[in-house]
Amino acid sequence: MFFHVFFLLFLLFLLDVKSGSYTVLQVVEALGSSIENPEPRTRARGIQLLSQVLLQCQSLLLEKEVVHLILFYENRLKDHHLVIPSVLQGLRALSLCVALPPGLAVSVLKAIFQEVHVQSLPQVDRHTVYSIITNFMQTREEELKGLGADFTFGFIQVMDGEKDPRNLLVAFRIVHDLISRDYSLGPFVEELFEVTSCYFPIDFTPPPNDPHGIQREDLILSLRAVLASTPRFAEFLLPLLIEKVDSEILSAKLDSLQTLNACCAVYGQKELKDFLPSLWASIRREVFQTASERVEADGLAALHSLTACLSRSVLRADAEDLLDSFLSNILQDCRHHLCEPDMKLVWPSAKLLQAAAGASARACDHITSNVLPLLLEQFRKHSQSNQRRTILEMILGFLKLHQKWSYEDKDERPLNGFKDQLCSLVFMALTDPNTQLQLVGIRTLAVLGAQPGTLTRKRKERVLVLPCDFLCCSSALCPSRVAALEASGALAALYPVAFNSEIMSPGLLSGELDLAKGDEPTKCSRHLRCLQALSAVSTHPSIVRETLPLLLHMIAGTSEVIAICQSLQQVAEKCQRDPESCWYFHQTAIPCLLALAVQASMPGDFLRVLLEDEVLAAMVSVIGTATTHLSPDLAAQSVARIVPLFLDGDISFLPENSFPCRFQPFQVRVCVSSCITWSGFVCCPSCPSSSTAAAKCFAGLLNKLPAGTEMRLGGGIQPYDLNRNLRVYHPRNNCHPPLAYLRFILLFWYTSFLQLMGLLSDPELGPAAADGFSLLMSDCTDVLTRAGHAEVRIMFRQRFFTDNVPALVKGFHAASQDVKPNYLKGLSHVLNRLPKPVLLPELPTLLSLLLEALSCSDCVVQLSTLSCLQPLLLEAPQVMSLHVDTLVTKFLNLSSSPSMAVRIAALQCMHALTRLPTPVLLPYKPQVIRALAKPLDDKKRLVRKEAVSARGEWFLLGSPGS
Amino acid sequence: MVGGGGMGGGLLENANPLIYERSGERPVTAGEEDEQVPDSIDAREIFDLIRSINDPEHPLTLEELNVVDQVRVQVSDPESTVAVAFTPTIPHCSMATLIGLSIKVKLLRSLPQRFKMDVHITPGTHASEHAVNKQLADKERVAAALENTHLLEVVNQCLSARS
Repeated sequence: MFFHVFFLLFLLFLLDVKSGSYTVLQVVEALGSSIENPEPRTRARGIQLLSQVLLQCQSLLLEKEVVHLILFYENRLKDHHLVIPSVLQGLRALSLCVALPPGLAVSVLKAIFQEVHVQSLPQVDRHTVYSIITNFMQTREEELKGLGADFTFGFIQVMDGEKDPRNLLVAFRIVHDLISRDYSLGPFVEELFEVTSCYFPIDFTPPPNDPHGIQREDLILSLRAVLASTPRFAEFLLPLLIEKVDSEILSAKLDSLQTLNACCAVYGQKELKDFLPSLWASIRREVFQTASERVEADGLAALHSLTACLSRSVLRADAEDLLDSFLSNILQDCRHHLCEPDMKLVWPSAKLLQAAAGASARACDHITSNVLPLLLEQFRKHSQSNQRRTILEMILGFLKLHQKWSYEDKDERPLNGFKDQLCSLVFMALTDPNTQLQLVGIRTLAVLGAQPGTLTRKRKERVLVLPCDFLCCSSALCPSRVAALEASGALAALYPVAFNSEIMSPGLLSGELDLAKGDEPTKCSRHLRCLQALSAVSTHPSIVRETLPLLLHMIAGTSEVIAICQSLQQVAEKCQRDPESCWYFHQTAIPCLLALAVQASMPGDFLRVLLEDEVLAAMVSVIGTATTHLSPDLAAQSVARIVPLFLDGDISFLPENSFPCRFQPFQVRVCVSSCITWSGFVCCPSCPSSSTAAAKCFAGLLNKLPAGTEMRLGGGIQPYDLNRNLRVYHPRNNCHPPLAYLRFILLFWYTSFLQLMGLLSDPELGPAAADGFSLLMSDCTDVLTRAGHAEVRIMFRQRFFTDNVPALVKGFHAASQDVKPNYLKGLSHVLNRLPKPVLLPELPTLLSLLLEALSCSDCVVQLSTLSCLQPLLLEAPQVMSLHVDTLVTKFLNLSSSPSMAVRIAALQCMHALTRLPTPVLLPYKPQVIRALAKPLDDKKRLVRKEAVSARGEWFLLGSPGS
Repeated sequence: MVGGGGMGGGLLENANPLIYERSGERPVTAGEEDEQVPDSIDAREIFDLIRSINDPEHPLTLEELNVVDQVRVQVSDPESTVAVAFTPTIPHCSMATLIGLSIKVKLLRSLPQRFKMDVHITPGTHASEHAVNKQLADKERVAAALENTHLLEVVNQCLSARS
C-alpha cells in the first residue's frame, strides 16, 4: 500500500517537474515529512523517490538547485545505513548533471571516500559508486586531477576487496583511465598495482544462465589493459609474471605470457633490464618442454615482443645496449642444439631464434650472421636427405625473416657473404631425388630470388629454367610442382625481362604445349599442367602480354575450354592488382569470349560444346573476375559496348565478327529479364547453375549503381519490379521454373527478409525460400562484398536475428504440419551462422524448436540443428541437461543416418554431451557405450574418428583418474 | 600386475628421454569425404588412436617418445586383426606393462568388437619382454587389472586428452 502511494507520487512529481509547474525544490519540500521522518525505512523511501525524480529530470536542474541538493545528499551520507543506497542513487543522478558548479564533484567524492565503506554495500550500490566516479571522470577531469593523489588513494580504498565481475569490469576501466589520462598516482603506485594485480591470473567461470553475459575473457582483457598500461608497474608486475609462467597451471602460463607480450608495447630497456635473464629462462623452458602448442606460440610471441622492445628503446650514450647481450644469451643457449647430431631440440631452438630475429632488423642481422654459417656447415655435414631438409627448412625460415627487413639499408647485410653458398645449396636440393627436399629447395629459391642482387645474370638462367622442369614434368599432384608454380610466379614478377627472354621467347612453354597436344591421357594431363604453368607465371604485365594471346588462341579449337577458362581466370586474378594489365585483360579476353559464345549460339554452329552449362559458368566467372576490379569509368566503357550487344545484337566490337546470321538475343523470351544477364546471358539461361551465375553478375552490377538511382541500365530496359516479376514467374502461372528459381536468388538479395518469411508457408516455394536464409546469412565471397560495392553492415547477423527470429518462431507455431519443416530449415540456417554469445540468452525459447528440428527428416535441417546444438552443449550444459533423455536418444538415432555429415555431427554432439554434469549422464553410460560400438565400425574413417573420441570420453565419465 | 618403482613422484627412471617430432593430423583425402567409398581401417588409423596416449611418467605422448611408431603397427581389416609392438624407452622400464595396458585399453575402447588385438613389446627391447607380453595377452588379467581403481585411474590419465 505504502509503496503504491509512493509510486503514484513519483509519477505525479515527474509530470509536474518535467512540465515546469513544480521545481525540484518544491518536490523536496513536499516530501519534507518523509525525508525527515525519524524512521529510517520511511526516510530511505522518501529519498529514493526524490532520487528517482532527479534521475529523470537532471537535465532540467538549475545550478542553484544542484548546489542545495548536493549539500543535502552529502549530509545524508552520514545517515543510517538503510538510507545510503537511495542517497547514492541521488548522487549518481546529480553526477550526470551539466549544471553542477565547479568544486562540487570533488566535494561529493571526498564525502563518499570519507563516509561510505563501499565494500560493505550490496553489489548494485557498489556499482552506483563506480558510476558516480566514472561520470565525474568523464566530465570533470581537471577538477579531479586537482585532488592529486588523494583521488587515486580514495579509489583504491573503494575498490579494495571487490569481488563481483560486473563491478570489476567497471573498476578496471577506471584504473585504466586513471593511468592513461595521467592522474597523479603519487606514492600509491604499488598500492594501485596490488589492488588490481591480486586478481591476476583471472580465475572465473561464468555461472550457467548468466544473464549478464560476462565472459572470463572480458575480465582477462580488461585486467591486462590495466596491468600493461604503464611502465611504472614493471618492477612489481614482471616478478609476478615470471612466477605465474613457472607455475603448473596452463591458463596462468598463457595469461602471463600474453600479458608480458602486451607490456612490451610500453616498456623500455630500463624496465626489463633486471628481469631479462629470468624471463628468457622461463620462456626457453616453456618452448623447450611444453606439451601445449598454445603455450609454445605465446612464449614465442612474448620473446618476439621482448626483442622488439629492446631493439626499439632509445639509449643514453653511455648505456649498454641490452639487445646484443640478450641476443647473445639466446644464441648461446640455442646454437648448440642446432648442431646436435640427433636434432632433438632443433625445432624449438630454431623457433626461438626466429621469433627473436623477426623482431627487428638489428636482431635479424645479429642472429642470421651467427646462425647461417652454422646451418650451412650442418647441411654439408649431414648427408641424409631428411636431415638436410630440416636444415634447409630452418635456413628458409631465416631467409624469410631476412627478406622482411631487407628494404632497409641494402648494402650492409650479413647475407651478402653467403649468397654463393646458399645458391649452390639450393641447386643441390633441387637436384636431390628426395621430393621433400626439392620442395623446400624450391621455396628457398623463391625467397632467395626475391633478395635483390642475389641472382647474377648467369645464375638467373639456371634458376629460372630449373623450376620449369618441375612445372611441366612432375605429376599433377606433386607438391613440388605446386611450390614451383608459386616460385616461378614470384620470380617472374621480379625478373620479367629475363623470364620473357629465357622462357617465353624460346617458346619453352608454348613448345611444350604443342608437344602435349593430342588426346592421349598422358599428353592431355601434360597439356593441363602447361596451362597451369602459363597462368602461374603471368605475374607481370609484360608476361601477361605474352601468355594471354597464347591462351585465347588455344580456346577456340580445343575440348579443354574449361581448363583454359580456369587458367584465364587465374590470370585475371593476378591482373587485378595492376590497373593497366587489368584493362588489357578486359579488353583482350572479354570480346574474344563473348564472340565465341555468340558464335556458338548461332544455329547449326559446330561450337555447341561452348553452350554447356559448365563451360558457360567458367566463362562467366572469368568475365566476373576481370570486371570486379575495374575502375568505374572503364567499367562504364565496357558496359556501353556490351549492353548494345545484347539489346540490339550489335556485334561490331567482337573480333572476327563475320557471323553467318544476325544475333537476336531476345527472340526467345520477353525481355524483362534482359538486364540480369548482361554478361551471363551468353545464351538463354536454361538451367539453375547458369542463371545463378548470371544473377550474381547482375547483383554485383546493381550494387555498383549509386544509391537512389533508378535501376536502369540503358534505354529500353524496364524498371525492375521484383514483386511483379515474382508473380509473373510464379510456378503456378506456368512460367519456366528455373526462371522462378533465378528470381528467388535475386529476391534474396534485394527484398526484405520479411517477404522471404512470407514465402515459407508456400508449399512449392517454401523450401527454396528456406535455403535463401542460408544465402543471406553467409559471407558471399564473390559478389556481395565491399569490393563489389555491397553495403556490408557490421553485426547484420545479430540484427537479422533479433528482428526476425521471433516472427519465424511465431510462424512455425502457426504453420500447418506440412510446411513446418520450411520454418525449421530457415531457423536452423539463421542459428547456424549466428555468433554463439548472441544465441545463448535466447536458448530457452528456441530449445524446444531445435529439439523438434532433430526429428525432422531433412538432412539439411538435421545437420544445421546438430551443429547449432553442439556449441550449446559446451557452453550451456545446465540448460541442456534438462533434456538429456531426448538428446541421447536423438543423437544416437542420427549417428546411423545415411548422410555421413549428419553421422559425424551427431557423434560430435555425443562427445559434447559429456560436458553435462556427470551425475545426469551416468544412468545413460552403459547404454551409450554399447550404442557407440556400432559407429566404431562405420565404413567412413571420418565417422569412426568421431565415434572413437566420443566413446573414449564416455568411458572416462565418472571413472577414476578422469 | 605393474612392477613397483617409478610412480608417485619418485625419481624418474629415464629423466632425459630423446624426443621425437609429432606427426601432424592425417590429411583428409577426397576419398574420405566421398560418402560412397568405404575407408578400410589401416595402420595409420590405428597409429592415430595410440600415438596421443600420454606416457605415465613424462608429460609427453608415446609418439614423442617413439614408444609407438606407425611401422610397428600391423592391421588387417578383412581379417579383423591388429598387432601393435611398442618399444619401452629403456630396457628396464618398469612402466612397460602399464604402457602396454594403456594401449590395449585404448584399442578395446576404440576398435569394433570383431577385432582380435595383440599388443606386445618390440622384440629385443625389454629385459622382461616375455613376462610382460604374457600378462598383456591374458584376458582375465587385463580385466582384473581394470577392476583395480588405482590402476584404472592411471590408465585413464594416460588416455585423457591433453589440453
